[in-house]
Amino acid sequence: MTNRVSYTLDSTLDSVNHAETTASEVAAKVGFSEDDQSNIAMAVREAAVNAVLHGNQRDPAKKFFVAYETTDDALVITITDQGLGLDPSLIPDPLAPENLMKGSGRGIFLIRAFMDEVKFRNVAPGTEITLIKHVSRK
Amino acid sequence: MTMKASNRQVGGVNVVDMSGRITLGEGSVVLREAVKDLLAKGQKKILLNLGDVTYIDSSGIGELVSAFTSVRNQGGELKLLNLTKKVHDLLQITKLYTVFDIKDDEAAAIQSFK
Repeated sequence: MTNRVSYTLDSTLDSVNHAETTASEVAAKVGFSEDDQSNIAMAVREAAVNAVLHGNQRDPAKKFFVAYETTDDALVITITDQGLGLDPSLIPDPLAPENLMKGSGRGIFLIRAFMDEVKFRNVAPGTEITLIKHVSRK
Repeated sequence: MTMKASNRQVGGVNVVDMSGRITLGEGSVVLREAVKDLLAKGQKKILLNLGDVTYIDSSGIGELVSAFTSVRNQGGELKLLNLTKKVHDLLQITKLYTVFDIKDDEAAAIQSFK
């Protein structure tokens, strides 16, 4: 059985907090452990921050969209912005010695660390990032 | 939960007791301002007590790195005290655990400053 709920959010930090809180609640409802709930919420927070800051660049005319879908074996969260698009292959490795002491650039790395699968798709205009956590691995 | 930072001096070291969330926006700004204020006063021995920091995101991690670099560039030392498991794990996966000088005993941490 699949359940899906989606939100259209303003490009603000309040919306980022909303996305994070909702992710935590959905993850708890699915039955993930407290650690997983916290990690999923953080991954969603990081993706929402990217949507607001880098995608929509805090443009009040632009929205971002968060969908939480629960299936029998996974929680699938999709976050879509209305920005210029993103090429994930161009994101620097934050663990590389030359990047280790940088003050930013760790968001997508943390998303990948905390989720089982992470997919990017250009949706013109905008970027869609899909975060998947499998229930069987919780 | 709102981020708070309060400062006390112990044996010539500035201990900054932080509580709440160090995240993009308010939390990161509180950390940045706390360190900036100390440096402006010439206080370069800084021990950040993160024992009551419940959460930190990539922006907060970046702010810790920037604070560490700012203090070091001015010839000072910034160390971390009392990491929660969550913050400890985050610093490990971002390979920053060995960059920071991390302590779990305040008295020993204060003694360790030059």
